[in-house]
Amino acid sequence: MTTPQEKKPAKPERATHRREPEVPVAPAALDERGKALAAILPQVFSGLDVQISAAMDEVVLAAKPQDVPAVCRIAKEDPRLDFDYLRCLSVVDYIERLEVDYHLFSLDKRHKMVVKTSVPPDAANVPTVSGVWRGADWYEREGHDLFGVVFDGHPNLRPLLLYEGFEGHPGRKSFLFHEYDEW
Amino acid sequence: MMLNLGPQHPSTHGVFRLVLWLDGERIVRAEPHIGYLHRGSEKLCEREDYTQIITLFDRLDYVANLNGELAFCMAAEKLMGLEVPDRAWYVRSILCELNRIASHMLFYGVYGLDTGAMTPILYGFRERERIVLLFEAVTGARMMHNFIRVGGVKQDLPEDFVQRVNKLTDELKRGIEECDQLLTNSELFLARTKGVGSIDGPTARDYGCTGPVLRASGVKEDVRVSEPYGIYDRFEFGIPVGSNGDCWDRYYIRVEEMRQSLSIIEQAVKQMEPGPIQAKVRRIARPPKGEAYVRTESPRGDFAVFLVSDGGDKPYRVKVRAPSFANLQSITHMLRDAYIADAVVILGSIDIILGEVDR
Amino acid sequence: MSGNVPAEAPFERVLPNAVVCKSNELFALARKSSLWTLSFGLACCAIEMIGAHMSHHDLDRFGVVTWPSPRQSDVMIVAGTVVKKMADPIKRLYEQMPDPKWVIAMGSCATNGGPYYRSYSVVMGVDHLIPVDVYVPGCPPRPEALMFGIMELQKKITEDAKRRGLPPPRLISPPSAPTDGASPR
Repeated sequence: MTTPQEKKPAKPERATHRREPEVPVAPAALDERGKALAAILPQVFSGLDVQISAAMDEVVLAAKPQDVPAVCRIAKEDPRLDFDYLRCLSVVDYIERLEVDYHLFSLDKRHKMVVKTSVPPDAANVPTVSGVWRGADWYEREGHDLFGVVFDGHPNLRPLLLYEGFEGHPGRKSFLFHEYDEW
Repeated sequence: MMLNLGPQHPSTHGVFRLVLWLDGERIVRAEPHIGYLHRGSEKLCEREDYTQIITLFDRLDYVANLNGELAFCMAAEKLMGLEVPDRAWYVRSILCELNRIASHMLFYGVYGLDTGAMTPILYGFRERERIVLLFEAVTGARMMHNFIRVGGVKQDLPEDFVQRVNKLTDELKRGIEECDQLLTNSELFLARTKGVGSIDGPTARDYGCTGPVLRASGVKEDVRVSEPYGIYDRFEFGIPVGSNGDCWDRYYIRVEEMRQSLSIIEQAVKQMEPGPIQAKVRRIARPPKGEAYVRTESPRGDFAVFLVSDGGDKPYRVKVRAPSFANLQSITHMLRDAYIADAVVILGSIDIILGEVDR
Repeated sequence: MSGNVPAEAPFERVLPNAVVCKSNELFALARKSSLWTLSFGLACCAIEMIGAHMSHHDLDRFGVVTWPSPRQSDVMIVAGTVVKKMADPIKRLYEQMPDPKWVIAMGSCATNGGPYYRSYSVVMGVDHLIPVDVYVPGCPPRPEALMFGIMELQKKITEDAKRRGLPPPRLISPPSAPTDGASPR
């Protein structure tokens, strides 16, 4: 004899994906010099298409690759900015783009800024700024060596750190760690 | 005529290659080649967690190790927003200033050898041994200390540290005076270094030179004063600035900096009080997502670390801004009208360390 | 004369203060007491190598003088990381040194790559390029460790001379010895 089975309550539907843990983000906190700088930047760069934001305590100016020499020249020569010292030129590999950062500092006014530009990894061409600051020369050679970013107009883009004939760009995330030779 | 001052040469301060085109004794063109010590530190940093990376940073500027560790730890602490306790900052400052004196003593000794004097190296290394033995008592190692950690320092100072440091500062005062008398106003040394390899202020700024190279050209710029980090605003110290930008100025600024470092150490030892030496931080640090750029004043100039973190326990990208990398670019300018015999003297006066140039 | 006293050799009457020794042992004594090192500091170990030559841990009392030219030096102390770009100069320098020559690999980078193991541009140990006689471990090894390494090299020079350059005797016979009745073992 079959008894009619009781209808069991339906199980609650489980979420089909796990919730990713929240990654904390460092807050942007500009000091007075940074805020004053961020206030005058829109007027100085009124002719060019730039975005101004902040990352921790640095004012960030995002520009298009072809505008970079113009931005850097204005940053160096404008008396309100007076960025005569290129601290560092670094390349960061965010896998779908390569980001070139120019860290600028003014020795007299003591304010600082980062100019960022992004290029696609397979067509990484950025015009050179070695005409603006002579110190950018070796930084660009290093960026070309390790990341494959081509700086158009650079007088001498030969390998700096790696030996001639090294294949691949070690700085990129696509260059895997376990692909090394003992000799 | 082309002359190759190859990677192995007694005066190249490491593996540095300088190709010179000569017209008789005059240098017509100079082409520096680096990369003979490129070990891939920046790529290795992406594979190691924050405590393991400190061992890599030790080996970048291998004469001023603590300064390299300090820059990296400050970058991680800036991202995490950590408050490092006061005593840790006093310990860090004392050790970094002692490291500055040790590094300048190495420069003094090796520069004497570059100019042809065989005695200063023995005196310089005698003083350096005193400092290095104290480092061994405090950190456990003579050179690769691995002592400064994210959030503070690894362990507290030994009990007899204050007596040892006071005795050491007295000995170093006498030692610095002795070294100064030996070389600074010696006629031969002046003839070899005065007016040689000069670079003016605006050109040095353009090349991105920092440290004694920039200060010798008349620009008063020191990271401890322009962007003070830690507790350097509590100390009173002078910044020596040169006027001619030649080799003698660069040398004498370093001798003066040693005296100023001694005064900082004396002030720090007086002001230091007992307390915690590490902030509350997880064993494996996980800074939040973001990027931080931190500068410190290493004996060679502005040593900066650009740290990009994606929230994990290993950094996403670490870029080291080494002072010798930028200072070395200016050698083509300094060698423009020099004799071949001056090439070695000029290279020595910039005080490069190839470990941080090539990373 | 009583007991087992050997007879007087004839030349002892002519040269009473002569010392008799084998020529290769005499040459080994001369070579090990005046080892001229090629000053070849690559990286951080170079600082400890210079410190070993200085007055606190004097190496000059061993007869060790650092000499810039490879044509006139006996020992190459490879102190520091060997990078692939530097491999060619190292080989060339080794070939320029005249025989007899020895190599000391100082530090863990020269031994097996050290802290830069698995880096894309580092040769994992200088023995991939040139034959090494003494390995001095450490990162960096103390000056006393380098002195011990040099003393071990001196011991090796005398031992090699006693064996007249032949390889040291094997203690374990190789397992692949043929036993097909040709020669009894």
